[in-house]
Amino acid sequence: MTIALIDTGCANIASVRFALDRAGLDHVVVTEPAGAADCDRIILPGVGAAGPAMERLKARGWAETLPQDGRPLMGICLGMQLLFEHSAEGDVDGLGLLPGRVERLPRPDGLVWPHMGWNALEGFAVGEPLLTGISAGSHAYFVHGYYVPAGRVTQAQCDYGVPVSAIVRQGQVSGCQFHPERSGAVGARILSNFASIKA
Amino acid sequence: MLARRIIPCLDVRDGRVVKGVKFRDHEDVGAIVDLARRYSAAGADELVFYDIAASARGATVEPEWVSRVAREIDIPFCVAGGIRSVDDARARLFAGADKISINSPALESPDLIDRLAHEFGSQCVVLGVDSRKIEGEWRVHQYTGDPDKTRTDERRTLDWVAEGLDRGAGEVVLNCMDMDGVRDGYDIEQLAAVRAICSTPLIASGGAGRKEHFKSVFELANVDGALAASVFHKGVMQIGDLKAYLAAEGIRVRP
Repeated sequence: MTIALIDTGCANIASVRFALDRAGLDHVVVTEPAGAADCDRIILPGVGAAGPAMERLKARGWAETLPQDGRPLMGICLGMQLLFEHSAEGDVDGLGLLPGRVERLPRPDGLVWPHMGWNALEGFAVGEPLLTGISAGSHAYFVHGYYVPAGRVTQAQCDYGVPVSAIVRQGQVSGCQFHPERSGAVGARILSNFASIKA
Repeated sequence: MLARRIIPCLDVRDGRVVKGVKFRDHEDVGAIVDLARRYSAAGADELVFYDIAASARGATVEPEWVSRVAREIDIPFCVAGGIRSVDDARARLFAGADKISINSPALESPDLIDRLAHEFGSQCVVLGVDSRKIEGEWRVHQYTGDPDKTRTDERRTLDWVAEGLDRGAGEVVLNCMDMDGVRDGYDIEQLAAVRAICSTPLIASGGAGRKEHFKSVFELANVDGALAASVFHKGVMQIGDLKAYLAAEGIRVRP
């Protein structure tokens, strides 16, 4: 079992690498699809801004290969958002692996923007493999100003004035809006759960 | 809903964690990674590391310990002290820090905030503000890591916070210097005034001494997080006990 960790060059991937190390999960950092040939699953980590990140994914061939891939894939934070059809952040098209659009988080009364901090995971979909062993109400660490409104691919959500997709999935394509690598024991379990999904 | 954050602050000098009173007379309280690990396990929601002498001596924090901390802990952490350029910030973020906080260098060149936000995104850029009341007005202070060099800036605190947010800061840590280290409670009046103009997360710093102080600052100043150092370093309170108390008082915290 080896996880390919996509390095777009505009992201800090150190924390994800260290989290995989702590969880004892074998991984390699890859820049192009060829580098992931021997891996059985892929993580697309959180990256700076949607526009530049999509440019890199296109330039390095990922935009072409990921839609045909079929291996378990997990996007983290912006990496999750890029799985969708479109992002309002910079008005760019995403990879289109999941139906839906990324919108700017509204700033509800009394709440600040961006959404930053520990929020409770709720509304668990039955059978979501990333949530094995996790209790509803567990907290995860979020940092984002754009979001995917809770919808039909949402497997868990959190409340930030609006229902925010926290975990999404369709088939082997999944994502976390929060940072599992910075979400304590809950996050470590989610990374291990991803590593256990049948390829 | 979002939990209020409890944030131990580790002042770092020469590779050790230290703590002073009103920014003076620092004493050694332990090794960086040991304390980081201990607080993380105890339920801290986030950690802040300030290299307190870096701005005053013109040196930058060592990315080497940033990476060691990032390997060890599984909660977010912020690094501050002497970050003067996009390259300084990149070295710390790529070593695994989640955020960088700038204070004196931002006062010297405010456009550093714009450049950092553009390069890394606002969510990585924290504006640290040291402030105290001078002749009836809250004023920003610079080079607070070294008492001999500390000076009052011409800027009013509220103006500077507004400018920092406008330039792209994604979070503000307001350190109320008159309360720092004396454990007499947070500066509710000043924090509430900044809260009223601060559309991003606001973190209170300076003055925590009792559990009730945390309750007050969340309830009365509506801050997103509360930072404290000496009460945790000296074992005056345990983070777990503090969170249990806050939860019982109806304040949402991460258990």
